[in-house]
Amino acid sequence: MTLSSLISWIQGAIIFGTVIMYGSIGETLTEKSGNLNLGVPGIMYLGGIASLASTFMYELNVPNPNPVICLILAMVSAFVASALGGLIYSFLTITLRANQNVTGLTLTIFGSGVANFFGGSLNKLAGGVGQISVPVTSSVFRTNIPGLSSMGAVGKIFFSYGFMAYLAIVIAIVSQYFLSKTKTGLNLRAVGENPATADAAGINVTRYKYLSTCIGAGISGMGGLFYVMDYIKGTWANDGSIEALGWLAVALVIFTNWKPKNAIWGSYLFGFCYWLYLYLPSSISTKLANWFGLAKTAHMQNLYNMIPYIVTIVVLVITSCRKNKKSQAPAALGLPYFREDR
Amino acid sequence: MENVTKVFGSTVANNKVTLDIYSGEILSLLGENGSGKTTLMNMLSGIYYPDEGDIYVDGKKVAIRSPKDAFDLGIGMIHQHFKLIDVFTAAENVALGIDEKLNLKEVSARINEICEKYGFDVDPDQKVYDMSVSQKQTLEIVKVLYRGANILILDEPTAVLTPQETEKLFDVLRNMRADGKSIIIITHKLHEVLSISDRVSILRKGEYVGTVDTADATELSLTEMMVGKKVILNIDRPEPENPVKRLQIKNLSIKNSDGVNVLENINFDVFGGEILGIAGISGCGQKELLEAVAGLQNTCDGSSILYDSPDGESAIELIGKTPKQIHNLGIALSFVPEDRLGMGLVGSMGMSDNMMLKSYMDGHSFFLERKSPKKLAEKIKKELGVVTPGINTPVRKLSGGNVQKVLVGREIASAPAVLMTAYAVRGLDINTSYTIYHLLNEQKKKGVAVIYVGEDLDVLLAHADRILVLCDGKLNGIVDARNTTKEEVGLLMTKLQDGGEGK
Repeated sequence: MTLSSLISWIQGAIIFGTVIMYGSIGETLTEKSGNLNLGVPGIMYLGGIASLASTFMYELNVPNPNPVICLILAMVSAFVASALGGLIYSFLTITLRANQNVTGLTLTIFGSGVANFFGGSLNKLAGGVGQISVPVTSSVFRTNIPGLSSMGAVGKIFFSYGFMAYLAIVIAIVSQYFLSKTKTGLNLRAVGENPATADAAGINVTRYKYLSTCIGAGISGMGGLFYVMDYIKGTWANDGSIEALGWLAVALVIFTNWKPKNAIWGSYLFGFCYWLYLYLPSSISTKLANWFGLAKTAHMQNLYNMIPYIVTIVVLVITSCRKNKKSQAPAALGLPYFREDR
Repeated sequence: MENVTKVFGSTVANNKVTLDIYSGEILSLLGENGSGKTTLMNMLSGIYYPDEGDIYVDGKKVAIRSPKDAFDLGIGMIHQHFKLIDVFTAAENVALGIDEKLNLKEVSARINEICEKYGFDVDPDQKVYDMSVSQKQTLEIVKVLYRGANILILDEPTAVLTPQETEKLFDVLRNMRADGKSIIIITHKLHEVLSISDRVSILRKGEYVGTVDTADATELSLTEMMVGKKVILNIDRPEPENPVKRLQIKNLSIKNSDGVNVLENINFDVFGGEILGIAGISGCGQKELLEAVAGLQNTCDGSSILYDSPDGESAIELIGKTPKQIHNLGIALSFVPEDRLGMGLVGSMGMSDNMMLKSYMDGHSFFLERKSPKKLAEKIKKELGVVTPGINTPVRKLSGGNVQKVLVGREIASAPAVLMTAYAVRGLDINTSYTIYHLLNEQKKKGVAVIYVGEDLDVLLAHADRILVLCDGKLNGIVDARNTTKEEVGLLMTKLQDGGEGK
């Protein structure tokens, strides 16, 4: 393998990882409150389409779009749309005490439906302008640090990304600090572990659940925004790839043991696994394909794409076997809370 | 507390209860099961809100609407079920929900201070899941003290403790009394009342009976106040006809998941054609005893439950068999559990489907045999007068009495040799209760061995032939229900006889 292909593998892994890092940090916050929101893929869809639609309309109607306005518009609309998705989920599961799994899965279907509907018909709504693109906004998101990115291999590996790749790391660290060191974080964890105890201690369980689910969804939606603006460069693809990334984000939550700091390296690891098929020497791929009895080497790609999920399953098996109480899901995850239930 | 009343549905849990608590004293709250002790205390700690009556703290009238209000007034309650978060450390649990900046070091330092003052032993950095039951309880007390409570309420604190741990707890309570705190301790155990408290208040069936100074009280006088005068009930009690030995229970011991003995070395026989009443304070092993016979409990080595079948074959060991194996051996055991809609019936299914739960394995065809359960359901509905819109109405929607009729009806229909019932009339009105008594008597006449776990001593005395009294998981005596007194049974329930076996 050459150095340049190694570098592009790392770059691919980091960009890929950033998408799911957002998704998984948001979901971790949500799950810490005891809400298992399986609607992450749908929420990422909502975030992606909201940012694209708003900036597209803005760029279409304004002769000289202002990059700063583009940036703010994209981020605010993505956050608000995703948080609204979280609000739907919260209302159904917290207030109406609907089943969390069913609600989450429904939200995924809803989010992808809404997003693909508007993604597909956006140009028709706008009067048939052909392929949707938001060049100004996309370029803002893809601007890297001037000077540093041209510093050879180091610059390419560390400084060749848009600001959102770095923001993800900051959010991961802040979330970790919030959960483990602050009073609100302690209360939030208590709500997810044992809502009855938290309630008796005077913590407003409902408010904590609502807020963490909505803010968590907003952060997850940033993954959709990053995907649309950076990963596919400000266009729209109706191929369901956001959904696949959303499920990986959910898997990553388990992989990281509900610790946002682990999401930093975990997401990049998932990215490496995902792109493995492109960078693995063809001789190995051919051998593996023969060994599995596949007609075409290209078919190996599907097998490689399973790797992140397999790793997650292995991690689940290991943590479950260890029975270490420190590295388990929040005890009340997935359970509705009703004070008068005894 | 003055004239405090709390009503749940149609039951009055507390009726015009008046209670005074002084600072620097330990007050025991004594009463049978369901006498309203915990309800009363829950109103003090803000879990329930009284329907009538006033609460005064330090002479001022207060309204306690939530646990937080109670904390603000300096009232803290230690519940029977601990409210702790397993994955948190002691310090984190204490800090939970307090309106100040999180500084675990400071919290730990203050915990150590409190521990030193009263003689506790808590490691602020220990995780709750690594703690023993008594450590968890200590942590609960520290938590309450940390919040500056002056009135501490302990709900049956000794139920989960060993005698040594209890002594240690009492030492701590005495230290707190010396510090001017008021302590209310809810308990059933008379010897503890006498050893720890300054005064005793007694509740009976939601009514306030009175308060006496512990110095003037004896176990007998307290028991009398607790159980009250004998009530004459007109329950039929036919003489048992030639009782046959049906079950022999030998050396039965059961440990719970914490490794504490729930039952210890129980020995008794059950006879066909008689009703054996089982009395005891709740949680002293009745449930486990019945479940062991039904094949639902793991028992300790050496335990034995022998079944003598009516047709005179050799005795069969029931220990180590599953309910299905017992059934397949042709042993007709019927169990009417305490938790009717949890263990007994499926709430969302109708009567006829619930009947099928017992018979679905008998059919040989691929499809379910629905006719006979339907017939049985119709029969029970008619004979026991179950009030239901139809036999396919989910039983969850029926009233408690009707649910119990369905369950008892089903169990009796399988022609049992042993019929076990736990709190068969709990929550039922007088008429339905009498229907159930009558049904049990009919079974007794048929030669069935009836085991009746009850909480109402009057009923047990009037209905059962013999009464077995459990205390702290030990067999504390078997008395003849015809020749005993309420006081005698009450005393057996609360005070362990020497050697564990009385008469």
